[in-house]
Parts: sequence; structure tokens; C-alpha cells
Amino acid sequence: MSLYLTAMLAIIRREALRFIHQRSRFLAALVRPLVWLVVFAAGFRAALGLSIIPPYQTYITYEVYIVPGLCGMIQLFNGMQSSLSLVYDQEMGSMRLLLTSPLPRWWLLFSKLLAGVAVSILQVYVFLAIAAGFGIVLPLAGYALVLPALLVSGLMLGALGLLISSTIRQLENFAGVMNFVIFPMFFLSTALYPLWKMAESSTLLRDICAWNPFTHAVELIRFALYLELNGWALLWVCLSFVVFFGLALVGYDPAYGMTRRRKG
Amino acid sequence: MTALEINDLGYSFGAKRALDGVSFALRPGKFTALLGPNGAGKSTLFSLLTRLFVSREGRISVAGHDLAREPRAALSKIGVVFQQPTLDLDMSVMRNMRYFAALHGISGREAQARSERALAQLGMVERAGEKVRDLNGGHRRRMEIARALIHEPEVLLLDEPTVGLDFKSRQAIVDHVHGLAERGLTVFWATHLVDEIRDYDDVVVLHRGRVLAHRAAAKLREGRPLAEVFIEMTGGEETR
Repeated sequence: MSLYLTAMLAIIRREALRFIHQRSRFLAALVRPLVWLVVFAAGFRAALGLSIIPPYQTYITYEVYIVPGLCGMIQLFNGMQSSLSLVYDQEMGSMRLLLTSPLPRWWLLFSKLLAGVAVSILQVYVFLAIAAGFGIVLPLAGYALVLPALLVSGLMLGALGLLISSTIRQLENFAGVMNFVIFPMFFLSTALYPLWKMAESSTLLRDICAWNPFTHAVELIRFALYLELNGWALLWVCLSFVVFFGLALVGYDPAYGMTRRRKG
Repeated sequence: MTALEINDLGYSFGAKRALDGVSFALRPGKFTALLGPNGAGKSTLFSLLTRLFVSREGRISVAGHDLAREPRAALSKIGVVFQQPTLDLDMSVMRNMRYFAALHGISGREAQARSERALAQLGMVERAGEKVRDLNGGHRRRMEIARALIHEPEVLLLDEPTVGLDFKSRQAIVDHVHGLAERGLTVFWATHLVDEIRDYDDVVVLHRGRVLAHRAAAKLREGRPLAEVFIEMTGGEETR
């Protein structure tokens, strides 16, 4: 097996083991979207009428609309959680261990990213299974086709987490990430309401939503679940990934990144 | 060819000069102590040696590889034990070892064999199956040293590895690492504790980012206690 693959698999295995050890994290990751689905969506379905919009062929209930957004939410939280664990790793020194490996740094960080995505995909599938238990069943092939979409959106959101982890220096700053990254990204997206609904209240909000990379991650997932490819969303998500990952690499570059600012 | 050679290395944190014109070469197969009070620049030097920081001033070469130009070749020749523990507490000793082996691209039977060999060198074989969380501080440190040997480096760097350990564990680790040097490994050991240094070791005295001396401990102290000489050289500066 090649040197690169050996290291990547070990990094993924380590992340998976850590995840298994933290059962409460898994539970929390599941409870959050389920509360939205069961409580929030149930209350909202009466207030919110939805017209037929692509990729849906027919009228849908609000619960059905919100499922892709909640898949995205799981990945968004997971990306930020990985970022948190990276900051923790930096404080605890295991990041140092990783970075002194003779493999190129971008590869190590990409492996770390992929490990987080694998965990998030697992969470999404468990969530989709539970949602099916509540009667929200999607086209069967959609469950398979969503996998590549989840991979791409997970990488993009993970890269954002990586970028954030390269800029914050202490765990305490993480609350700020919640307020200034997770909430705006989630609420200013198509996760909870479609764009036209946003436009009814404000075109500015609609424009912000249309620019938000998270919107495109959600739309990519939504279309894939209904066996369609949203090329525009895919492009947006890929571009965002390249930008976030590129900047994160700069952040982790010893010549001018976070390690330079930090006294050893 | 020396295992580690540093030429005119400098580094600043903003306006603060952390290292200035640092030059020395380690003799192969020797235990060299980097002796300096807290804040002397030892940790900064270690961060530069392991490429966590990169400096534009000076040159570091490891086993003939320039760290700036061939970082991967150079890093593969270095074994590192950081001051802070870097362990996965909920995994077994062997799993920690295998994870590190994989980061160096070593897997399968080869990784198992090398891990066992490295653990044996530190007298840790019988602990291989234990969870790291269940080990005492001394054994955790020994595991970290064993881990740093898996990829068979030419030089072993240890940044104050005995911090926070009791006297007995400290002594055991000092003995073990001296043993490694006797078997031919080049060791670079940062410390501010003179009792970890033996007369036949080499000593680099670092103070305020500069090298004050580099010679054998016996020559450095010339019959006087090393602690006295050290305090005299560094102006008895009590730090942090």
C-alpha cells in the first residue's frame, strides 16, 4: 500500500475510533436535526405554504422540504465540530505529531478533512433512516445518489471548519463560531425556506441566501435526493471548497500561518 | 556527516528576538544536552527543528538534508518527543504506536514488528495492550520515546521530556535515553536540570537566544558542579 494511503487510512481510523468513543457526540448530532424535523417542522407546516418547485414534482409537506436542509445542518455542525477538535488537537499537541510526519501537509490535512466527512455521512444516513421511520421516505435511488453530493458538501463545510481552526487559537473562542458562522449560515440559506419565500420578505435576504455556499450545499443534496444534478450548486460548492481549503493551507503553513503567531 | 547541523539560525516573534546566530553541530552517536533556563529559546529551537516554525534566517540540516529545501527527507530522519504529551489516551499503547507508524507510511507486519522493537528498547513490551490512560506518567513518556523511534530516525529530539515526573521515573528515562545514545543514536535533549547530564555528554548552553558554550560536560564544568557553572554563565537568572 502506498505511503500516502497508509497515512490517510490511519487518520480516518483514528477519527472513527474517537467518534465511537464519544457516543454522546453521536447522539447530540442526531437529536438536533430530529428536534427540528419533529417539533419545528410540525409547527411550521401550518404556517408555511409551499408551491411546487424543482426538484419536487408535486406538493410536499414542510417536513419533506426541510430534510435536505437538515442533512446539510448535520454536516455543518460536523465540520465545525471537527474544527473544534482540531483546535483541541493543537492545544493538546497531537496536531504537532501529525504535522511532523514527512508527508506533505496538504495531504495530512486533506486526510483529516476526509475523516470528518466520513463521520458526517454516517450521521446523515442514520438521520435519513430515522426520518423514514417517521414516514418521510425518499426515492430509493436518491439514498445512493446523495452519497457523492454529501461527500462534496461535507468536504466544503469541513474545509471551512479547517480554515476557522487555523485562525482561532483557543477553545473558548468557539462560542463565537456558533454565533457568527453556524447560525447565519444555517438561517440565511434555503435549508428552512425556499428562495422565493425569502424574496417575499426581502430581496436583500434572498441575495444573501443565494450567495451563501451552504445554500448550494443544501440544494446539491436536495436535488441528488430526487435523482437530479444541480450543476450550478455543484460548481458553487466546489469553488467554495477550493477557496476554503486553499486559505486553510495558508493558515497551516509554517512560514506564515497560525504556528508562526503562536509561541512554542 | 553529522546527524544535525545548525548554521546561523535566527528567529523573532515580532520585535522579540527568540534566537540569534545559533550555530552548532551534534556529534553522531552522542547525547547532547541543550541546557538553558526557561525562556532561553529551547522550545522555539525545537519548533524550528521540527518545522512547526520556519525561519528565513540560517540553515538546519538533518542527516545531510536541508530542512527548508527537502523538508520531507529531513523530517523522516527526526524522531521527536514534545514537551507536551501527544497521546490518544483512550487507545492502547500499540494502537498509538501503529497510528504514528502509519503517519510515516509504515503499515502491516512491518509496523507491528517495528513497534515491538521500539517498545522493547524502552522496556515497555508488556504494556503494549494497555490503554494509555491507565499508564503512569513515566510509562507514558517512555511510550512516546519508543514511538519516536519507530521510523528509525538518525537523531532523536526531546524537549524537556521529564517535566512533571517523579524522581524515579525521571531517572529511568534519563538512563534509557543515555542507553540509546550508547547504542549509536544521536540524541538532542533539552533541559534546565543539570542532574540529567553526565560528564561524557556534550552540552550546548543556550541563553537569551544565543549559544554561550558547546563542549563536553566535563570540560565545561572543570571540576566544579555543573549547576554552579550554569548559574554563573546565565547570570543566575531565575525565570518563569
